[in-house]
Amino acid sequence: MTASENDDHHQDELGHASPEFVLLEEALRLLLVEKDIFTPEEIQAQIEGMESRTSALGSMIVAKAWTDPEYKKWLLSDAGAAVESVGVDMNAQPELHVLENTDDIHHVVVCTLCSCYPRAVLGVPPAWYKGREYRSRVVVEPREVLREFGTELSDKINVQVTDQTADRRFLVLPQRPASTEGWSAAQLEVLVTRNSMIGTALPLTPEQLEAENT
Amino acid sequence: MPDSTEKYFAGGHVRVKTGAVDHHCRTPDFLKGKEGVVELAVGEYLNPEKLAYHKPGLPKHALYQVRFRQKQIWPKYQGAEGDTLVADIYDHWLEPASTE
Amino acid sequence: MTGVNDIGGQAAGPLDLSEHALSSFDQRVDAMLMLLVHPNRGAFRVDALRRAIESYRQQDYDSLTYYERWLRAIRELVVEQDILSEDEITAKISELAAKQAKA
Repeated sequence: MTASENDDHHQDELGHASPEFVLLEEALRLLLVEKDIFTPEEIQAQIEGMESRTSALGSMIVAKAWTDPEYKKWLLSDAGAAVESVGVDMNAQPELHVLENTDDIHHVVVCTLCSCYPRAVLGVPPAWYKGREYRSRVVVEPREVLREFGTELSDKINVQVTDQTADRRFLVLPQRPASTEGWSAAQLEVLVTRNSMIGTALPLTPEQLEAENT
Repeated sequence: MPDSTEKYFAGGHVRVKTGAVDHHCRTPDFLKGKEGVVELAVGEYLNPEKLAYHKPGLPKHALYQVRFRQKQIWPKYQGAEGDTLVADIYDHWLEPASTE
Repeated sequence: MTGVNDIGGQAAGPLDLSEHALSSFDQRVDAMLMLLVHPNRGAFRVDALRRAIESYRQQDYDSLTYYERWLRAIRELVVEQDILSEDEITAKISELAAKQAKA
């Protein structure tokens, strides 16, 4: 990477806008309000909604699937309805589908063409997900990319990359970690990281959680 | 539009059409010319290639979930033999491929 | 012609895994887009946003931040859809810039 490419990449990661764009945003917003396209209150409500939608929703759903076999079946066959039933707002959201990790298959999702992401249950995507490196490389060298997350998969398990090219959005349902017998859904939720629902990582093990908390 | 009446079924072998386009397209370049297997007929959807230009997006196109073997997409693929890639491809970007 | 966005399989460097919360600018742009593409308003479809961004020159695609790309596309699309005129937008920007200069 050249120095300027590195700066651009860095700037992109930080999300800082140049003054001309900050001015443009204000101008467009004020004009669109003047034209009754939306109100300032609607913008605020949208921002607040965005802040309230985080990957904690996804973690709750995964933990519920781990502890409730009927819910898991429902989630796998009709994810939209299943997540709505636990309070997820699916209004005007793209179709949601769930990909289940098993002993034989590990799922990872991407949108090579832009940054499509299951926002209804995970909130906004992380910067790396939207970036050039992930979108270019995960389709051609998924195992190497996963390694950058500290995720090592044996050759006995097959990796399936899902490129979200159309209107379906995919949430990965990771496997429940070992040694969690008897854990409640609330306890299990804490193990379900955002990255484990994208597929670049596995959920935390009880040992890893312990290490984090000490 | 003859292409949009062709139907593919689960298990069908297909090839993604090649060809550069100068308009919005949701078929990734890396899949063009590649062969895969239809896993699922996803449904019928408005055409994003038209929606992108403020047109109604009709007629709807059938969308197919297609599975590709990574070793067939990338000549130098380093992962496991069974590694795959799945993408949703619109019917007008697919053509039949011979079964092996 | 492969779009500047169509990058699956291209060579690229290591990932930067650092976390970045959305700035307030990012949030306002995201909110603006979500409201504009909502079926209730239907100013344009998200497909149009993607198309607008895909048409950027490589250097713009690479140098603009994620939400700057969105905002520039929103500007183009509201003009395309006759919701605002270019003149109105440039006039408003000048007005705001003048206020800023005075403050």
